[in-house]
Amino acid sequence: MPENDKALTPVPRGKVSSYPIEHFVADVEETPVLPVDASTADGAPRSIWSEAWRSLRRQPLFIISALLLLMVIIVALFPGLFTSQQPNDNCLLANSDGGPAPGHPLGFTQQGCDVLARVVYGTRSSLMVGLFATLGVVVVGGIVGALAGFFGGWVDAILARVSDIFFALPMILGAIVVVQLPFFRENRNVWTIVLILATFGWPQVARITRGAVLEIRNADFVTAARSLGVSRMAALIKHVLPNAMAPVIVIATISLGTFIVAESTLSFLGIGLPPDVMSWGNDIFSAKSSLRSNPMALFWPALALSLTVLSFIMLGDALRDALDPKSRKR
Amino acid sequence: MAGYVLRRFLQLIPVFLGATLLLYFLVFSLPGDATAAICGEKGCTPAVEASLRAQYNLDEPFWVQYFLYLKGVLTFDLGVNFAGREIATIIAEVFPTTAKLAVMALVFEAVFGIVFGLFAGLRKGKFFDSTVLVVSLVVISVPIFVLGFLMQFVFGVKLAWTNPTVSGDAGFTELLLPAIVLGLVSFAYVLRLTRTSVIENANADYVRTATAKGLSRPRVVSVHILRNSMIPVATFLGADLGALMGGAIVTEGIFNVNGVGNTLYRAVQNGEAPVVVSIVTVLILIFCLANLLVDLLYAWLDPRIRYA
Repeated sequence: MPENDKALTPVPRGKVSSYPIEHFVADVEETPVLPVDASTADGAPRSIWSEAWRSLRRQPLFIISALLLLMVIIVALFPGLFTSQQPNDNCLLANSDGGPAPGHPLGFTQQGCDVLARVVYGTRSSLMVGLFATLGVVVVGGIVGALAGFFGGWVDAILARVSDIFFALPMILGAIVVVQLPFFRENRNVWTIVLILATFGWPQVARITRGAVLEIRNADFVTAARSLGVSRMAALIKHVLPNAMAPVIVIATISLGTFIVAESTLSFLGIGLPPDVMSWGNDIFSAKSSLRSNPMALFWPALALSLTVLSFIMLGDALRDALDPKSRKR
Repeated sequence: MAGYVLRRFLQLIPVFLGATLLLYFLVFSLPGDATAAICGEKGCTPAVEASLRAQYNLDEPFWVQYFLYLKGVLTFDLGVNFAGREIATIIAEVFPTTAKLAVMALVFEAVFGIVFGLFAGLRKGKFFDSTVLVVSLVVISVPIFVLGFLMQFVFGVKLAWTNPTVSGDAGFTELLLPAIVLGLVSFAYVLRLTRTSVIENANADYVRTATAKGLSRPRVVSVHILRNSMIPVATFLGADLGALMGGAIVTEGIFNVNGVGNTLYRAVQNGEAPVVVSIVTVLILIFCLANLLVDLLYAWLDPRIRYA
């Protein structure tokens, strides 16, 4: 390395550089405050939700998935608007595995039913299973995770072990075991499937809620509330939970999709919803036997299912980006 | 280190006991008669039913039943199925196939997931990244059985690169396609996890320091970025081994693999509770051990994690 002469000459004290520096500072009168800089210190700060909404509105991923889901929900609520055919009546075996015909754009199932009508009318139960199973895991997992994270100590230790135990049984495996029990064999409907999926699905939500609550628990505003005399329970419910909801909502959105897949997997194995309930899973199950001759009867319900699940996962991703300030910066 | 391994191992015991208790409780104490499945529609004579109840300890109180079952598990005496075969023998027969399948799926998802995730993460927002992300989303949202049928049809029937179904003595090449199908969804998760983790670590100070002190790019990427990004991925993979063995039930059904999943499915269909409980117990055990292994792997991945 060549010797640097400058480094050897001592720099006079109080002077940073030997070169004269000119500073240009404009007068206040010449720099009017722009509307962008204006801040209202007294105004209510925008909540995390309105912040999120502002960034969500500009995300194409969010708009696409939200529109798709809106469509799916409308189909689930008013299936009659989207097809003039009845899903179960007028099924003629003469039409078995038939291709598209006038009035039946997607062709026929093996039983000669209209595929479009089956897909449209199957939306409701598939969506219901996903929705209520998610509701169940959010309530159970949310309560368990919040208590474990907020109170810590032995409460945390016990609840963590309990959720470990449920975690050790993968959801589909646990569901398969439970579904064959005499009780569930006799009472197989949307609600028992929801119950089974929620029973094995809550630990994941519990873990995420616990992590979020742990992070918020020691925040200044919680300490402030506690020192103002707010009880522990009230502090948890009013101050901690609302601020810990963001990751829970993200995981709930994504698991809604996975519950729909789980229901269809169970139906595919022949142990999900009973055959008289119309669902995408059941349609796929019954199309399985005529897969080689009529693959389209399997394709359409599978497409409807995949698009719905895809929308939920994309929505979850978009929500995560919008709610997580860390990822927004990047 | 030895002390840590021992402590983690001891912590597994309550989880294992709890999970088996939960399983046993679900299977044997919910309403419904366990002998009904074996007797069928016609019903058994009271004498036969009594001997069945004695054989499966159904007349004992729940806790006695559970401890007898635990004793059986610990002494490798799992009893017999309804046809009178030793359950331990059945499991020993089908287990190697599923283990092979699950390990192949795990290797597939780990290697491809990490490689694709790494390159996607390093090229965040570029064409490769977006393409890989979209593909992973599609893979996650299409049900595994649809993917399985599709790949069986394309590679097994149309192109005839491989047999559409797997023979009794399942070899490596035969299991390749089922293993890929089995690992596909987890592959997408591994990819997304690796990508997120790599993006987070690529901007870390120590990466800048490593680059600044003149390390080559491959070394920065492989040692400084990748290794530090592996912890969440390793956690996922550890938990996934158990899920893969359980999830094999669908894949084994499609490709007709004679493995644990198919055996479990048949047992479920026949209402053979003792077989179901035994198989799921083995799967829970594997799940617990895989998680233990991952815990030990943390130390190697991140020396800052100490086992004091």
